Amino acid sequence: MLNKMKSYIFDQKTILLFIVMCILGTAASGQTLSFIMREVLTRLGRNAFLVLALLIPVQAGIGLNFAIVIGAIAAQIGVFFVVYWGFSGMTGLLLCAAIATPLAILFGYMIGRLFNNMKGSEMIGGLILGFFADGLYQLLFLFIIGGIIPVNNPTLIISSGIGVKNTIDLTGNLKYALDDLLHISVLDGFSILAAVAAVLALYRLIRHHRASFAPRNNSGIGRCYLGLLAVAGVFLLSYLPALERLLMGTQIARIVLLDLFTVLAAAAALYTLYRLVRHFGSRRKGKEAFGLCLQLAVIGVLYAITYVPLFEKLLLGVVFNITLLSVFTLLVLAAGVCVFIKLLGTLDSPGAVKNSVQLAGIAFAYALTFVPWVEKLLLSSSIPVVTYLAIVLLYLFNGRFMKTVLGQNMRTVGQSMSVATASGINVDRTRNIAMILSTMFASWGQLIYLQNMGTFQTYGAHYQVGQYAIAALLVGGASVHKASGKQAIIGVILFHTLFVVSPLAGKNLFGDAGIGEYFRVFVSYGVIAVSLALHAWKRVAKKEGSPLAE
Amino acid sequence: MDNKKLKSLISSAGVPRLIIGGFFLVLLFSAIPLGMDIQGLLTNLLTRVGMNGILVLAMVPGIRSGIGLNFGIAVGIVGGIVGGLISIELGLHGWTALLVAILIGVSLAAVMGYLYGVLLNRVKGSEMSVSTYVGFSIISLMNIAWLVLPFKSTAIRWPIGVGLRNTVSLQESSGVVLTEFLSFTIGKVVVPTGALLLLALCCFVMYLFLNSRLGIAMSAAGSNPRFAQANGINVDKMRLLGTTVSTATAAVGIIAYAQCFGFIQLYTAPLMMSFAAVAAVLIGGASLSHAKVTHVIIGVILFQGIISMGLPIANRIIPEGNLSEVIRLIISNGIILYSLTKAKGGRANA
Amino acid sequence: MEADTILSMRNIGKEYYGNVVLKDVSLDIKKGEIHALLGENGAGKSTLMNILFGMEVIHTTGGYAGEIFMDGKKVVVDSPRKAMELGIGMVHQEFMLIPGFTVTENIKIGREISKPSFFSRFFGKKLENLDMPAMAADARKNLDRVGLSVDEYDMVAGMPVGYMQFVEIAREIDKSGIKLLVFDEPTAVLTESEALRLMDAMQRLAQSGIAIIFITHRLDEVMAVCDTITILRDGELVAVRDKRKTNVRELAQLMVGRSLDSSIQVEKPARDISDEQTALQLRNFTVAMDGEEVRGLDLTVRKGEIFGIGGLAGQGKIGVCNGIMSLAPAGGEAAVFGEPLQLGKLGEALHKKIAFVSEDRRGVGLLLDESIAHNITFSASQVVGRFLSKIGPFTQRSKAMVNEFANRMIGELDIRCTGPRQPAGALSGGNQQKVCLAKALALDPKLLMVSEPTRGIDIGAKKNVLDMLVKLNAEEGMTIIMVSSELAELRSVCDRIAIITDGRLAAIMKPDDSDADFGLAMSGTFVEGGNRNGQQEA
Repeated sequence: MLNKMKSYIFDQKTILLFIVMCILGTAASGQTLSFIMREVLTRLGRNAFLVLALLIPVQAGIGLNFAIVIGAIAAQIGVFFVVYWGFSGMTGLLLCAAIATPLAILFGYMIGRLFNNMKGSEMIGGLILGFFADGLYQLLFLFIIGGIIPVNNPTLIISSGIGVKNTIDLTGNLKYALDDLLHISVLDGFSILAAVAAVLALYRLIRHHRASFAPRNNSGIGRCYLGLLAVAGVFLLSYLPALERLLMGTQIARIVLLDLFTVLAAAAALYTLYRLVRHFGSRRKGKEAFGLCLQLAVIGVLYAITYVPLFEKLLLGVVFNITLLSVFTLLVLAAGVCVFIKLLGTLDSPGAVKNSVQLAGIAFAYALTFVPWVEKLLLSSSIPVVTYLAIVLLYLFNGRFMKTVLGQNMRTVGQSMSVATASGINVDRTRNIAMILSTMFASWGQLIYLQNMGTFQTYGAHYQVGQYAIAALLVGGASVHKASGKQAIIGVILFHTLFVVSPLAGKNLFGDAGIGEYFRVFVSYGVIAVSLALHAWKRVAKKEGSPLAE
Repeated sequence: MDNKKLKSLISSAGVPRLIIGGFFLVLLFSAIPLGMDIQGLLTNLLTRVGMNGILVLAMVPGIRSGIGLNFGIAVGIVGGIVGGLISIELGLHGWTALLVAILIGVSLAAVMGYLYGVLLNRVKGSEMSVSTYVGFSIISLMNIAWLVLPFKSTAIRWPIGVGLRNTVSLQESSGVVLTEFLSFTIGKVVVPTGALLLLALCCFVMYLFLNSRLGIAMSAAGSNPRFAQANGINVDKMRLLGTTVSTATAAVGIIAYAQCFGFIQLYTAPLMMSFAAVAAVLIGGASLSHAKVTHVIIGVILFQGIISMGLPIANRIIPEGNLSEVIRLIISNGIILYSLTKAKGGRANA
Repeated sequence: MEADTILSMRNIGKEYYGNVVLKDVSLDIKKGEIHALLGENGAGKSTLMNILFGMEVIHTTGGYAGEIFMDGKKVVVDSPRKAMELGIGMVHQEFMLIPGFTVTENIKIGREISKPSFFSRFFGKKLENLDMPAMAADARKNLDRVGLSVDEYDMVAGMPVGYMQFVEIAREIDKSGIKLLVFDEPTAVLTESEALRLMDAMQRLAQSGIAIIFITHRLDEVMAVCDTITILRDGELVAVRDKRKTNVRELAQLMVGRSLDSSIQVEKPARDISDEQTALQLRNFTVAMDGEEVRGLDLTVRKGEIFGIGGLAGQGKIGVCNGIMSLAPAGGEAAVFGEPLQLGKLGEALHKKIAFVSEDRRGVGLLLDESIAHNITFSASQVVGRFLSKIGPFTQRSKAMVNEFANRMIGELDIRCTGPRQPAGALSGGNQQKVCLAKALALDPKLLMVSEPTRGIDIGAKKNVLDMLVKLNAEEGMTIIMVSSELAELRSVCDRIAIITDGRLAAIMKPDDSDADFGLAMSGTFVEGGNRNGQQEA
């Protein structure tokens, strides 16, 4: 057991190291948690899409896509022309995408062809290609636009008439085009996320039970679960501000409709639970489960009672500096956890246990959000919904894509090009598709980045895009040949937290913010250097070791 | 000379090199009708050759010993810079300052180059990407170091504020003794004889080294490791040798560079120097697995020629912007890309 | 043709740029039988299989002569995919497996089962979702057919070699309509027990109706498991035998049998070789060379003799010299002219006056981009400092000395070239070999080891090289060790020949020993009182 823990910690050493650095840095920076959270969430929204665009080439064996900057360039070309033509808002952004996407696809195809000609040196090739493309981009923006392509617009073009200005302000046209579509507080976002996760876990639970129960019980159980879901869903609806106000404002027999509604929902849930549990009754373990569920129900009711004003006032009486209420709550919680664990024991499959634990975890996390300072923290900032939705969609897409035939082909090519060829897979074409997808996603990612930044640094926006995105991915625990969406997100959070706190920590610790700034740049280079070296080291060791050793 | 010979000449030289060579000639010949100051251009060119030559030379032992393009000469550059700073700190003047700088720089660079070589031996096949990022990381780390290192000389330190200056003038210490040494003028063309002599000396020493028993062994190790082993040569040791010599040469190179410039540049200035040096040697005819001293000379003249002539000429045609910088980016990275595709996953990845 | 013949290859011929590799070879395989294909190195087995599989190398070099019939119908196999469609599968020596994938994934590479998905409606079949449970079920079915009990979701990485081979077989039989399976030296990488399990599985597969072509050199395996045996020699069909009507000795003799083309006749003068003076002594010698392992060798080479080392490919003969020269990790004891030789120390052998001409001329023997002169003088200048002028502690290559010696060698060895400055890569195979020889001779060696001296060289040049070796031995008393896959040349030049099988010494033969004895030694069934692994039986 200890060995397993030790090896797990060793595997996650990068993430752990960075967590420690973040904590230390945050402490040293002297900033409030809410400030940091706000900054990190903004940066997450801004950068996560770009980092997720790096995943597919890693799976396909091309390694870290340093040429991601070319996708950014495609986006920037689109942005310039859209701003020039005077479009704004979502229309403008969609138009940018319409220009950038075919460009990115073309570029991606060209990059793919090039990489197929330098198999084995794609990473250094991508890096150099990035610089080369930067040169061409500057040629376009400094001399061709305004020079060969006449553009008459003093806000965009340098005074001499040739070349685009250094900075283009996007306020009024593209700034926040995506972000401003919908904002919700972090708290709400978290709640929705919790709800979705809970539904997923519940769904998986149903799938498990389908396997372990006799057919005739299936429909009944299914209906019970559905019923629970329906109740939960309806109850959640009551949180919608409009509906909530309606329910709060109406009274029937001196009971506020909202409270009545809540009680009804609770009752319905309990009833459904009872019906569900009845299905267990036919087996020995089922009887035990039934009993436990009853216990849970009783505990729940007891706790609900404490909300009744009469009892609440009673329990608020203080004994030994702790309110009876708190004691009671703790006891109830403990009892609930015990019963729940026992309930888990009655479940047959480990998958069901896992999902139940997940459900419980989600519920617990959700409950935490009621703690006042957590609540305040989560309410202090808002997240742009559509942007985050885009990130979630790409995250899911990456996962699903890898489970398709094409995705599996990419994995095969990534593991061994010779085996792939021998099995009839067109290696070059598969790698090409990987690069096209990556570049296309990178261009969208850069659009998201720019609309959030609000200012377009014509010659600097794409600089180091590859650098920071790759460093973030590596910080999350990914490597040159293995990367997942989870690692991407964790990496972005950790890397950007460090990014935010370093200058401030530097100022506090050494009296110079510059040290902090240089430190964070050093971290980004260093992480990549170490990762490349480790990957190469392992590859050399593998060649000299036994065949087919992993 | 019939078609076949011409074709083989073209394919061995490579299309990009011919394009660059042609471009150079175009620039050269367009300078006259544009009424440019030819003498000024030539002076500029000669100075730049003296400035960059040794840094480009540093690429040769690396390529020969089999580690491919040494993007990590930043390690050597840092050593040279520290050497230069120490010699200023010690308050030396003139030739003494220069020689001490070289001595300290080379010693430091040799040690760091050795360690760097040990790393490269462990990552056979990915030397280029690893060396690039090691180079970046070192420069990055030194950025922090420049802020905290306890140098006291006023030439080095900011009078107010933290850390060392961005550019450290050589006026007080060694001056530009190297460039001024035996310098003469033909008409209005100023020839920086000292720097060119140093370059010639270094090239000569490198040539002797490559033709010695050890140098031949090193070249064999780089060109065919198994062949070298069959002759009792320890390939890893040879790679270490190549890396160390390359790094030490880079230290000398940056000192020469600073001499011609008149300033030592700290912070992120050296970040892209390795790319310029790599591009130059490739333009001169080298490849990932093969390099000669003549490639260095040809390459540095062509590359610096385009840059030094490009700017003023471009400014005549398109008076705005930094066209020269952009052309440099395109050309240097273009030739590196071309060479990477030519390697076909071969030598440097063997 | 009989009704139960599944494959018939008739009058197959193949030549590579004028070099005839197969001549009028025919092969008939019956349904459900295990058919052995025997032959020495270069007999044509691999070429025949390449033709059967429609490998690209056949088509890009002029195709082949003859016809192939599957199940009575004439077929043209022009690609590996076509071979697969026709129901022909192959279990290679180097596994085509991905360690990071599960058994199921490996079995289904390139032929995954999928279900339509949201995206596949727009973007085509490639974006269908993988149907893992269906794939696993197929995998399970085939794993059971070969008798491997691993879980189909297990990772391949870390599995024993025997298991991996079974996964490879399962993959082949998973291909629908598989009628014929070719096993190329499958037992080479297996332990004794794994080999037995494999042969069990082969019999089971044969019983289920799949015909098997079994390429091996192990005659005892052939007799144990096969029904019919086809023997090839020097690109021609020598014989077809029913297992019940032949024996190991006859097979060995058929395999080796003197080639009728005996143009390699070398005049060997008489010499006085005493048993007292030894040039090389090996005790418990092991070499860990990829594909040519030596597992424990005791050998003595007398001073002044021409000693041959022969055996089938991959059995270890190539490893011997490479181990002595420390080109591959070696262990055990070695002594040269009475003095102990430190193994594993690079350059030791060279300093003890042992020169080696490698079998890999272009890869190890030469710097192809450098001139002939540079190559010839390289070893001597590195090892003993010849051809260098000294200036104090510094050395510089002396162009004069280098060119003088190179010209001398070009004359003596008759190297056809445009001059000493020509790059070595531009020469023909035979002349490159002479350059390598010149390089070795420049060291003034006392012991010369030549590995595959005439590989890839035409007949005329072959005799030239062999004559040269004999001359060196006769005139200068140089001890020569010659490693070769061509028994004919070993028998014509050497005083004694050691046959290495399975990494051990099978026998020391005289040139005029019987063909059958040579064959048995090479197939590992003949060791003086020993079992297959060359160990002494009690």
